[in-house]
Amino acid sequence: MFTSNPFAELSASISPELIQGYVILMFILVVGGTILDVIHKKSAKYFFENAKKAEASREREVGGGEKIGIAVKTIAEDVLTSGEFCNPRRRVSHLFTMYGFILFVITTVALVFAYPNREAPGIVAQLWHLGALSVCFGGYWFWFFIRVDVAAEGNPWYRIVKADLFILSLLGTTTFGLIWSVLQASGNGASTLFLILFIGASLVLFGGVLWSKFAHMFFKPAAAFQKRMIKADGSRENLPEIGDLTDPELQKKFPDIPQYMGANPPNMGLGIKRESPKHY
Amino acid sequence: MPTFVYMTRCDGCGHCVDICPSDIMHIDKTYRRAYNIEPNMCWECYSCVKACPQHAIDVRGYADFAPLGHSVRVDRDEEKGVIAWRIKFRNGKKDLNLLAPITTKPWGSGIPQLKDVEGPSQEMRDSQLLYNEPKYIRFDDGGVHTLESNGLTMKKGVYY
Repeated sequence: MFTSNPFAELSASISPELIQGYVILMFILVVGGTILDVIHKKSAKYFFENAKKAEASREREVGGGEKIGIAVKTIAEDVLTSGEFCNPRRRVSHLFTMYGFILFVITTVALVFAYPNREAPGIVAQLWHLGALSVCFGGYWFWFFIRVDVAAEGNPWYRIVKADLFILSLLGTTTFGLIWSVLQASGNGASTLFLILFIGASLVLFGGVLWSKFAHMFFKPAAAFQKRMIKADGSRENLPEIGDLTDPELQKKFPDIPQYMGANPPNMGLGIKRESPKHY
Repeated sequence: MPTFVYMTRCDGCGHCVDICPSDIMHIDKTYRRAYNIEPNMCWECYSCVKACPQHAIDVRGYADFAPLGHSVRVDRDEEKGVIAWRIKFRNGKKDLNLLAPITTKPWGSGIPQLKDVEGPSQEMRDSQLLYNEPKYIRFDDGGVHTLESNGLTMKKGVYY
């Protein structure tokens, strides 16, 4: 069931060219929606204006080689392992959703373009289903428990606002896609309904880029790189630098530190971050 | 001046929502990021500024320590047990860096257990300081008034 290519059976009723054209249309919608989003929200303009303003408070020049090193670190830590998340549950949920989505998209392209009307190697179809399942796992966990308006403000999980456009359409795409694949493989007539729902949800997901947070997957790596750059060049967005508390120079400058904390200040452990922000 | 959130830096963790004593930091319905819903009611206590792990909240400091056009930013590192301030004036001539310990005891220790402390005696209640205490908090007048004892319930969640 999970090893059969759902698009192969579909190509009996819908021509493979149409399916391929639909996938290409989805890509165009994403690219177009992102560009429109950038123009409409002026995010690129503000991003570069901010960078120019920060130049004034730069303490040192960052060389080309160092920039490449920072870029590599950004990709390795912030992108591949979603390192920007402080909360471990949010981080794990995001990793499942992110990698599941990437897997889902890549295997969809593979199944639709390389194996449109014949059986694909079992592993490709399995990965398609696995990607969708991974998105469902991370996504439903996020939807029911982790969303901040549910976790920190006590709103019920069934309250839907405009901010939920992305997560709902994403969950809809993967859930309906999985149900469609399972029903189609078992020859159930209801599979057509779920095919329509699957197509509808994917249209909302990829077409709603201008109104949803879809484009964050392109902006966040740029923002993460910029955050590391300001630490490297010393501007730090005017934030103070704490430094090493055992450094005698620092202790001489701020005598409160050795007076109240000793010459070797210990790790004080978590304070207000000990408990999750659920005190509503 | 009241706090404001850089929504591009905010990652929607909810710590500012939790800590605001005025209950005015909430989550935007369109972007699912934090924002100050009522700047008029901001106490400028800097709780949200200190609590934000992404340093996404900024606030203009009072004029008595920083003139117009300044930047004041704070970094509260509770694991190191210190709080650092940086105040920059607009003419670039002043760039103060201040560092102070937050606490001298490990977190979670030294919390007062008020229920183990004895209540005031009758003599203390009749004294000049306490005789006029409102009846809702007097322990000798049918116990403490709570929501349950008055038949009230509190609705769960945040309403604003």
